[in-house]
Amino acid sequence: MDIKRITEKSLAGERITAEEGVALLAHGDLHQLGFLANAIRRRKHPEPMVTYVVDRNINYTDICISACKFCAFFKAPEDPAGSVLSFAELGEKIEETKALGGTQILLQGGLHPDKPLEFYEEMLRFIKGHGIHIHGFSPPEVCHFATLSSLPVREVLVRLQQAGLDSIPGGGAEILCDRVRQETAPRKCLTDAWLGVMEEAHGLGMRTTATMMFGHLETQAERVEHLARVRDLQDKTGGFTAFIPWPFQPDNTALAHLPKTTAFQYLKMLALSRIFLDNIDNIQASWVTQGPKIAQLSLFFGANDFGSTMIEENVVAAAGVGFRLSEQEIRTLVEGAGCVPRQRRMDYTLV
Amino acid sequence: MEQMVVAAGLGDILEKVRAGERLSVADGVRLYKTNDILAVGYLANLVRERLNGDRAYFIYNQHINYSNICTNLCKFCAFGKDKESPQAYEMTVEQVKAKVRERLAEPITEVHVVGGIHPDLPYQYYLDMLRGIKEVRPEIHIQAFTCVEIAHLAGLAGKSVPETLKELVVAGLGSIPGGGAEVFSPRIRQRTCEKKLSGEGWLEVAKAAHRIGLKSNATMLYGHIETMEERVEHLAALREAQDETGGFLTFIPLAFHPKNTELHELAKTTGIDDLKNIAVARCFLDNFPHIKAYWVMIGPKLAQIALSFGADDVDGTVKEELITHMAGGEAGGAMADTELIRLIRDAGRQPVERDTLYNVIKEY
Repeated sequence: MDIKRITEKSLAGERITAEEGVALLAHGDLHQLGFLANAIRRRKHPEPMVTYVVDRNINYTDICISACKFCAFFKAPEDPAGSVLSFAELGEKIEETKALGGTQILLQGGLHPDKPLEFYEEMLRFIKGHGIHIHGFSPPEVCHFATLSSLPVREVLVRLQQAGLDSIPGGGAEILCDRVRQETAPRKCLTDAWLGVMEEAHGLGMRTTATMMFGHLETQAERVEHLARVRDLQDKTGGFTAFIPWPFQPDNTALAHLPKTTAFQYLKMLALSRIFLDNIDNIQASWVTQGPKIAQLSLFFGANDFGSTMIEENVVAAAGVGFRLSEQEIRTLVEGAGCVPRQRRMDYTLV
Repeated sequence: MEQMVVAAGLGDILEKVRAGERLSVADGVRLYKTNDILAVGYLANLVRERLNGDRAYFIYNQHINYSNICTNLCKFCAFGKDKESPQAYEMTVEQVKAKVRERLAEPITEVHVVGGIHPDLPYQYYLDMLRGIKEVRPEIHIQAFTCVEIAHLAGLAGKSVPETLKELVVAGLGSIPGGGAEVFSPRIRQRTCEKKLSGEGWLEVAKAAHRIGLKSNATMLYGHIETMEERVEHLAALREAQDETGGFLTFIPLAFHPKNTELHELAKTTGIDDLKNIAVARCFLDNFPHIKAYWVMIGPKLAQIALSFGADDVDGTVKEELITHMAGGEAGGAMADTELIRLIRDAGRQPVERDTLYNVIKEY
């Protein structure tokens, strides 16, 4: 396939096909992908601004029945090391977040075997009492709640929303291709179910993000299939605010034998995401997996957002990756790339 | 893609790079001041591929820092210590030999020896150290003593620099590393390392080495208090010296690491700074065969990306490196050759194991 023609097509603002996406990933060089992604990013965001959100990842439990092979965070239900955060601990974490200028919390946890839906409703009401935006419960959690409570997904979402849920994080997407899901995370919701939760949430007026965790058992074509599924749903609902691709971190997981995705492949995948997802406004850099230097460079490979300051992060840290950045460091990196850093909220309005 | 370079305001520099024409100091400053790192990287990659194709070199080497005792105590250095400091150390020749002996089983082709400007180790110590290393590992190439140390040794010996170098060569010296260049500007040296050999002095030692047939490397320590103009002037001085002697093999931009130095309040260099120094050097130093992305300083991730932004060398399987490590360098001290090879290949380049003088040992 002719890379030059694909490039011209994309620069002209035309949508590229899945086949063209695969060709770009396979045959486009780093410079070509970077130039293209950067041009599209500048077209979508002509102002030299890079946003970030001040928040904290709160993992209410690490007990999980899913046992995904790529996860170093979970504890099996019979493992005595597993725990559930008390409301008092939650409250403390939220107050710390607010004291640091935080506007939201990212609330996610394992698929706990027996907490009822009421437990989560109560948790949301408790957090809401502290007056902070709740970005919580990724689609696998919502599907799990629906199964445990024998309620339809829509009703679960309505109840969570009524209890205080504001928006939904794009976690648990991994690779939106059932072959890969069955091989790596057979107990987690399948592709249609993941997308189904997002579609319902968008229908209820909740904004969400979408992620992709790549670099394990998937093929390049399956990565592009993932992008295509997200793009199709976005055409229908327009509810995704941002896309966040990040590479699988193998240490301490059941897939620890796999080689770690390199920075080179990360930047290519990031750029392809920007090029392919013409209907999603924002692409986030993954500084927590890539570190400050590559994250800064990401701003030239399609990213216009630094994601969260992650006052707390546990899941990637469990896989042996220890990058930490303060809000000030993020601002310095953004300025060093010739852009203006701005704190934002989940919906990308500026603080 | 070329339209993007033109859009970044670098169309004329693109023409020059395409024609193989030399860049002016003003061109160099413009490249440094360009925000579009992709455009600068694209230009550098054109030069890189013209000179070195897809090859990405690495070396299997061993670093020995024989002493951290130093009378210069440069403000940007976390390694050098006063003789009275509790952290001060010096190795005996026997200890240096033991370090070499420890790793005889590994396929090391180069030992890289640098240290502080020690107030009272005698000239004989340095000759004995070279001979001692050769005794333990006769076939090894010794790359030792920055130009700053060589000038100091000549002072100790009471001989001229060329005479001293000749004696060191007889004792086993194979080539000279690029350290101690910092930034040549007298303004910078006065403010950060006033006791150190001057920029002119550094260049004189390098050229003297080249004239007796030794090869050497060159460095620039960037990211402290230097201006863009001072960086380009530094590069211009190196380019001029290289025109004269042709003895430089590799230019290695070194990122300043502030932790534990007197300049600790300065910010660390960012990825864009690091890549830009590699890319501008590749465009500007048209007579240098190689540009190195020293992964110990900038991290393996960025070093991999640098292979598309002008660099054709990533140094090697360094172990026991202390100078960057003491200043808070975050990359691990050692990387397996299999990982280096994987990173290079994954970036679409061909891994080539080399010796110090860029003779090919193995193509992967």
